[in-house]
Amino acid sequence: MAEAIKVPTMAEFMAQGKTPEVLFWVGCAGSFDDRAKKITKAFVKLLAKAGVEFAVLGTEESCTGDPAKRAGNEFLFQMQAVTNIEVLNGYEVKKIVTACPHCFNTIANEYPGLGGTYEVLHHTQFLKSLISEGRLTVEGGKYKGKRITFHDPCYLARANRIYEAPRDLLAKLEVELVEMKRCKTKGFCCGAGGAQMFKEPEPGNKDVNIERTEQALETKPEIIAAGCPFCNTMMTDGVKNKERESEIEVLDIAEMIAAADDL
Amino acid sequence: MEYLPNILFTLALAAGVGFFVFNCRKLIRNIKLGRDENRSDNKPQRFKNMAKIALGQYKMVRRPVSGIIHVLVYLGFVIINIEVLEIIIDGIFGTHRIFSFLGSFYDFLIAVFEVFALLVLVGVIIFWIRRNLLHIRRFINKELKGWPKLDANLILYFEVVLMLLFLTMNAADLSLQLRGADHYAQASGVVGAFPVSQFIAPLFENMDTASVIMIERAAWWIHILGILVFLNYLYYSKHLHILLAFPNTYFARLKPQGEFDNLEAVTNEVKLMMDPDADPYAMPEEGSADDVPAKFGASEATDLSWAQLLNAYTCTECGRCTSECPAHQTGKKLSPRRIMMATRDRIEDIGKNIDANKGEFKEDGKQLLDDYITREELWACTTCNACVEACPVGINPLSIIMDMRQYLVMEQSAAPSDLNNAMTNIENNAAPWPFNQMDRANWINEI
Ligand code: HEM
Ligand code: SF4
Ligand code: SF4
Repeated sequence: MAEAIKVPTMAEFMAQGKTPEVLFWVGCAGSFDDRAKKITKAFVKLLAKAGVEFAVLGTEESCTGDPAKRAGNEFLFQMQAVTNIEVLNGYEVKKIVTACPHCFNTIANEYPGLGGTYEVLHHTQFLKSLISEGRLTVEGGKYKGKRITFHDPCYLARANRIYEAPRDLLAKLEVELVEMKRCKTKGFCCGAGGAQMFKEPEPGNKDVNIERTEQALETKPEIIAAGCPFCNTMMTDGVKNKERESEIEVLDIAEMIAAADDL
Repeated sequence: MEYLPNILFTLALAAGVGFFVFNCRKLIRNIKLGRDENRSDNKPQRFKNMAKIALGQYKMVRRPVSGIIHVLVYLGFVIINIEVLEIIIDGIFGTHRIFSFLGSFYDFLIAVFEVFALLVLVGVIIFWIRRNLLHIRRFINKELKGWPKLDANLILYFEVVLMLLFLTMNAADLSLQLRGADHYAQASGVVGAFPVSQFIAPLFENMDTASVIMIERAAWWIHILGILVFLNYLYYSKHLHILLAFPNTYFARLKPQGEFDNLEAVTNEVKLMMDPDADPYAMPEEGSADDVPAKFGASEATDLSWAQLLNAYTCTECGRCTSECPAHQTGKKLSPRRIMMATRDRIEDIGKNIDANKGEFKEDGKQLLDDYITREELWACTTCNACVEACPVGINPLSIIMDMRQYLVMEQSAAPSDLNNAMTNIENNAAPWPFNQMDRANWINEI
């Protein structure tokens, strides 16, 4: 469909003596996980469409250290952080956008104390600003009027008080947004945070993602919208567990905007 | 002999207040067993939080039923305490309603006190019904079995008895004023307005004056002694929150909930490692041995900061945190309320140990980790901050969980094995999965 999109690295920009408008921090999930890579690609297409001069770190990026810190390994976290900050400061990065709330939270809140201060945006915030600057136009398209519920990622919502940017984008898509009982400040975790993604759950009577999926299904949605690659995986698994994957999609908001535009 | 009641009262007052001060000092000493942490920045914001969350009960009313009833009980308590001031002065000097010179304003005050006493009475009865008859999940969790449940009910019984005594005292007083009894009747007529106890007063109409005086005196004495006992009960109870809610909301964390503090000792070590000029064999500089903490994270209550210990003493055991916790709601053992209760139990045990051993802690073969809080609880947390958000008195159970995880991983390498794998991956491949870092940008070619 579209011609190949070029994704330049910081190193390439540097070689030409230029600096991009923004650094796209892809994150581990966005780089390696097959489901999350689709989000990465959708977001890149939107950046390209809006004519944003962006770059990625490519193979110079490494884990922010969020799972290590939340697992309790402060040492490994700070090693990761200092390594990343050295790279970022080396490229004189000023502005970072990421589609992962965990990367967002870590870089925005925990890197400044270690010498890395940047303007950090979640991709929903960045997309919103592109739209309000008129650089990107969004129309409902295939999502117009669809019943959609939005799952607040803990590290975006409660942790950083960002509730409106994703909802504003959904409004632009002209969807019918139905909120779960537990949303915004009272949002219920998908079960992946705090490094739970990488371990077996403790004994209990249910997995957290199943509970959250049930809460989402109560709203009778056609689509469950997410803003985090980990939430996305957890909710996708939950919907599969309930054998509803043929009717209900779990989509990142960036994917929805890209798809609405047939990108 | 005439002054005997005044003297007895003054002694009781001194004993009650004295023992309270004694316990407060113990409380402060215990809290200071925690490690240092700076919570004195941004004072205007801190005052604002205290005004909003404690004084203004801002988060309480997120649960409208218990929230609004609590506002009534809380307001009633604060307002009725103005009357306690008069009671104390009357007690010391043997006067009768010393503030009655305020005239109609006094009538208004007494009327307000009476209305609030009735509201508190009704509120507390509803609290009791919610706690004991309705099956509200946060009140029947297993961590509330035993003393915590008894404690919760005792508080309510105390309040009921105090309010009934207050109204009885007023009713008898009114009856005595009406019949012109010595000491009670004043030249200006009846002082005070009694919108509630006027309905109790008729009960005394047919009694002789001496009996009514006895009832009035008994109610007066039991009421004020009850208040003194209640004051001293606080330290042993979750009811301590009526005092500590204020400092606790003042000293609560101001940073975004997602921001977890960076350990400075680790920062220094990492900087040294990353610095190509650093000499790894260099002798540590003078005094730098103090910079490296004896241990990372917390395995004992005294490894926590004073602010976290203040949190533990402030906890009202309301369970709002636990009822929002995704781990708890899916049947895991973790309950953030229990984390706070266990921390308070441990620091109390440490305090008692110190008292019993002449000011010096004697090893008791126990610690916060494992003996009070299990690893299974700690590892079940998703760090979602729902508990922090829910707490109406500004407590952060998550920070204790994180400090204890830090101890497990950094001091004991005791993470669950899957997590160890993920961390090894981060160390070797810069991602929590076993992928090669050189493949990180492969997605670019897949667009
Ligand atoms: C200063 C006077 C206060 C009084 C007399 C008072 C009284 C009470 C009483 C009687 C209860 C027991 C309710 C039950 O059994 O369910 C209670 C619970 C509680 N109080 Fe207070 N309180 C005071 C101040 C505060 C303050 C300043 C706060 C902070 C916002 C607070 C927060 C709570 C909470 C969270 C509970 C747990 C019960 C629930 O969630 O319903 N209290 N209080
Ligand atoms: S942060 Fe941990 S303890 Fe608190 S509600 Fe979330 S999972 Fe439960
Ligand atoms: S920590 Fe806060 S929310 Fe939880 S039981 Fe204690 S007072 Fe209630």
